[in-house]
Amino acid sequence: MSEFFAMGGYAAFLWPAYAVTLLAVVVNVITARRAHAAAREEARRRLEMESAPEHER
Amino acid sequence: MSAPENLPFGVRTGALAAAFKVLNRDLRLAVRRPGQLLQPLAFFAVVTLLFPLGYTPELEKLRAIAPGVLWVGALLASMLALESLFREDAADGTLEQFLICGQPLVGLIAAKTLSHWLLTGLPLTLMAPILGIALGVPVAAMPGILSSLALGSVTLSLIGAVGAGLTLGVRRGGVLLSLLTLPLAVPVLIFGARATELAIAGESLTGPLYLLASLAVLGATLAPLAAAAAVRIGVE
Amino acid sequence: MNWTWFHKFGSPPHIYRIAGSLAPWFGWPAGLLIIAALYAGLVLAPPDYQQGDGFRIIYVHAPSAWLSVMIYGVMATAAAIGLIWRMKVAHAAAASCAGIGAWFTVVSLITGMLWGKPMWGTYWVWDPRLTAQLVLLFLYLGYMGLRSGIDDLGRADRASAVLAIVGVINIPIIRYSVEWWNSIHQAPSVMKMDRPSMPMDMLAPLLMMLLGFTLYFAAVMLVRLRAEILRRERSASWVKEALQ
Repeated sequence: MSEFFAMGGYAAFLWPAYAVTLLAVVVNVITARRAHAAAREEARRRLEMESAPEHER
Repeated sequence: MSAPENLPFGVRTGALAAAFKVLNRDLRLAVRRPGQLLQPLAFFAVVTLLFPLGYTPELEKLRAIAPGVLWVGALLASMLALESLFREDAADGTLEQFLICGQPLVGLIAAKTLSHWLLTGLPLTLMAPILGIALGVPVAAMPGILSSLALGSVTLSLIGAVGAGLTLGVRRGGVLLSLLTLPLAVPVLIFGARATELAIAGESLTGPLYLLASLAVLGATLAPLAAAAAVRIGVE
Repeated sequence: MNWTWFHKFGSPPHIYRIAGSLAPWFGWPAGLLIIAALYAGLVLAPPDYQQGDGFRIIYVHAPSAWLSVMIYGVMATAAAIGLIWRMKVAHAAAASCAGIGAWFTVVSLITGMLWGKPMWGTYWVWDPRLTAQLVLLFLYLGYMGLRSGIDDLGRADRASAVLAIVGVINIPIIRYSVEWWNSIHQAPSVMKMDRPSMPMDMLAPLLMMLLGFTLYFAAVMLVRLRAEILRRERSASWVKEALQ
């Protein structure tokens, strides 16, 4: 098992490379979902403002 | 229907004549402010001066980096002048007039690009051999430097016009303009620096010169279209 | 010729719904494929004759580089469609691509550097492919910078579309000039893991990774697309229904 992690001596380069890629993969998923949620929230607020009676705006 | 006040031509002028009048107007306006014309040249000189100071006074070593220094300096100096390509015309409404005057926008934008080259690119090109001397470049290399920079600076003006059009109205657009334009200028830089290197070594530089010429032709056909589209987007 | 299908394609509520239903169909297979490819690449594939286990970086470097270039192409195509047919949805699609593309360009540079250090001794070499990736990163940053510098969303869409198109025309020219530059100066061309010459048990995980990452991009991009569509629909009636 530790042989696997040692990756023939290249571990110090290989695992950080995989880690950076994993980071990018995860971050992009999270930010995409957050962006969608924020856009939904923004749209909801806009709709509420527009349908509110005149004196409450 | 009278011509708009800013423009030296009316609806009835032919497209080519209108373009020439725009060019004329730009040149005459620029000549009234010679200080503005000198600034890119002064910048080019200062940048070139920094390299010996930052590196070494030995001409042998400077000659080795001369192609890169000259080309990067010319590139940056050309970029400086780009900011004002459309700035004043946008501010005083001339660009809007361009859009509604009934003349093809591409021609007018091409005229402005040509004026930028004549007022900035060409002077920078002519100055380069002098700066080259400061970097240990042999006199025999001068024609090569002149021809490569003459071609390369045309392409730089063309690419720059696209960037200037895109950044119209962007706050602090100058930095963004450089960020947009420099990657696109990489091929010109590569071929141009190589041509200069060959010129310094006394070898034939036809290969890179042809490449520079083809970039210039490609740019001349496509860039005004893109720049016109950008200006139209930016002014509306 | 009945063009209804095309214009339906450009209809924001239609695309919003489709993107929502499609995204998981890309996402989950992407995840499974990537995990399978990781196992095949890290465990099953034998070490390389010259590079030992170090070659396995290719399983993250190549997909990232592929994404960085492919995404720019998708972005430019969407931008062109948006510009020519004036489709907001297409502009939204272009905007959805930029961040992902830039991220994976950075990843391709970092993984490229991590591959280079043990192989050739330095973290950076002016290899044509790494250099071209660096220029590509600046093209992405310029695109994103232009978008954020223009306040009006419609103008930002159109201006960045022109930039994306100009960029995509330039990319082959830049790549050619960088390779030319490299060959002239006889620097070593380092990123040599030619796909055709790889044996199948090394190649298969690579192909799986490439496909998996492509599906992953589609999934993430579709989610972003939904956000971008909402941003561009001011008070359209369909939004109210869609938010329920």
